[in-house]
Amino acid sequence: MSAGTPATVAAAGPRRLAWARRRRTVARFWRQYRQNRAGLFGLVVLALFVLTALLAPVITADNALSVTQPPGSPLDGPSGDFPLGTDRSGRSMIDLLIWGSRVSLTVGFWATFISIAFGTLFGILAGHFGGWGSMVLMRVTDWFLVMPSLVLGVVLAAVMGRSLTTIIVAIGVTSWPTTARLVRAQTLAVEARPYIERARALGGGHWHVMSRHVLPNVMPIVLAQTTLMVGQAILIESTFAFLGLGDPTTASWGATIQAARDVGAVSSRMWWYILPPGIAIVLVVLAFTLCGRAIEGVLNPKLRERQS
Amino acid sequence: MADSAFPTAPVPQLAQSMRDRSGVRRRLRYYGEKVAGSLVSLFAVILTSFFLFRIIPGDPVRTMTHGRPVSIEQQEQLRRDFGLDKPLAQQFLDYLTGVLRLDLGDSFQFNRPVTDLIGDRLWPTVLLVGTSVVISAALGLWLGVRCAWNHGSLGDRVNTGVALTLWSVPSFWLGLILIVIFASGAGWFPTSGMESTGVSGWERIPDIAHHMVLPLVTLVAVVYAQYLMIMRSSLLDEMGSDYIVTARAKGLRDVIVRRRHAVPNALLPTITLIFVNLGFVVFGAVLVETIFSWPGLGQLFYSGLAVPDLPLVQGLFILFSAAVILMNLLADLLYPVVDPRVRP
Repeated sequence: MSAGTPATVAAAGPRRLAWARRRRTVARFWRQYRQNRAGLFGLVVLALFVLTALLAPVITADNALSVTQPPGSPLDGPSGDFPLGTDRSGRSMIDLLIWGSRVSLTVGFWATFISIAFGTLFGILAGHFGGWGSMVLMRVTDWFLVMPSLVLGVVLAAVMGRSLTTIIVAIGVTSWPTTARLVRAQTLAVEARPYIERARALGGGHWHVMSRHVLPNVMPIVLAQTTLMVGQAILIESTFAFLGLGDPTTASWGATIQAARDVGAVSSRMWWYILPPGIAIVLVVLAFTLCGRAIEGVLNPKLRERQS
Repeated sequence: MADSAFPTAPVPQLAQSMRDRSGVRRRLRYYGEKVAGSLVSLFAVILTSFFLFRIIPGDPVRTMTHGRPVSIEQQEQLRRDFGLDKPLAQQFLDYLTGVLRLDLGDSFQFNRPVTDLIGDRLWPTVLLVGTSVVISAALGLWLGVRCAWNHGSLGDRVNTGVALTLWSVPSFWLGLILIVIFASGAGWFPTSGMESTGVSGWERIPDIAHHMVLPLVTLVAVVYAQYLMIMRSSLLDEMGSDYIVTARAKGLRDVIVRRRHAVPNALLPTITLIFVNLGFVVFGAVLVETIFSWPGLGQLFYSGLAVPDLPLVQGLFILFSAAVILMNLLADLLYPVVDPRVRP
């Protein structure tokens, strides 16, 4: 923050100074994040899943997802060739899980992106302008808040067809109100500070105040919220897929559990069909939750000492 | 709040009564605003449910008569019966008055009034969800208090870890796993349904309880974690307060400080959240009821989704959303009663 005398500012250039400050902030953030062991665990698990998802085409065979020419015979138990057995079409469960991580992470990231983009935009607008517009905006938010994502998902699936996009939109549209409320509260808190008044007094317009002062201060909270939300989005995606609202051709974890239920894996106790996809979901969601809590802890020192 | 904190000169009688009256008005205004807001939300929900399901492509009459030989005349007759030939505004007006008279139309697949169907299925859901909320709230709050009071201890770390893990578990998967282990595996519990056939009288109670164990465990496991985390962080907030230090300085025993001073204050925000959650738990029961074939609203909703049975899904959508709105309103109205600090 202490930029030194005006002479050194001129010498270093304001841009480079700003970058140096940002680097320091990131370094400090990482130093504090590192102290949270659960957060580190989450980060490692997450990195593994992301790596798996990215390398899926490399580490699985070309016909891994083929229903017509599957690598094995259907519903085989674990064996040397297929450590986790095969599904109802004879595909290796391991390969299905690997491809499933792609679906989950894609839906998680995009749904969260929609939710955060809308939530931040409306939250800042409602918090900054206040008055009638804000009231109407918050009413709309409340309206979306009570709308169950499942119902919207069903309607969208009927209108847009059953695809990943439908699920992403349904989750994104129903989850932005939470972000909007959080961002609005934070915006109100930030705008009450004296430096906003100073910026206004110096001639800063609405756009300047919102983009240069409010947004950077709101971002940390949004970051923590984002991380938590990806996990929840993945959970909702698996639910949608399980209820048969997903794209029937994608190998999602939820869809795999649904398929297992359909072939009677529950009564014939084919544990290798039901157990692994669920564990994968739990691991990913838990990893995101742990990371989100760790980020929250870094941003809120009061929280940090209680999480330890 | 400020004037009650610093009592100065005795207030004259007249001024006192005037302030009281304005206080009453302020309170009425507060409650009025909350109720009006809820009504607006409810209207918005009815509006949504009407238009949301109108944008679904496809002809409901054709869906309904699918696979049956129906003449064009009969189809026209059905269309007239459902009012589908009228202008949209008229349809909405009819729909609105219908909802207000608790007439939600007839279900396509059951050929019965939706209100009757809901009436049949309401009690199993209330029983299951109600019991699960009571148990998970009690469990979550109790564990939350213990965790916060001994924060950083092994017990706290284990409990928080378990709670966070269970929070990440998809409820439908947990239900399936429980069925595999305890129902189709060990055979201790029935795999589905609410009652065995041929059981009547007082013996129904243990029978229903027996059927309810697994769905209940599933719901509680998924829900209690949230209460635990809320209670824990809320109590930790209070533990840093000055009045707790004072209470300790007075020499009060640890148990008294916790029960009389810290927990009641920490309960306040938790109560609100429990109420707000309650509405969503009803909706969360959709999956658990489907997995365990529990004959409740959730399972009814699921069966409506597959067809899709528009009047049924529409009616349940209104019911579920109304439950969320009502619980929010209750939380808003109750909060000033339990917390004098925010009394309007």
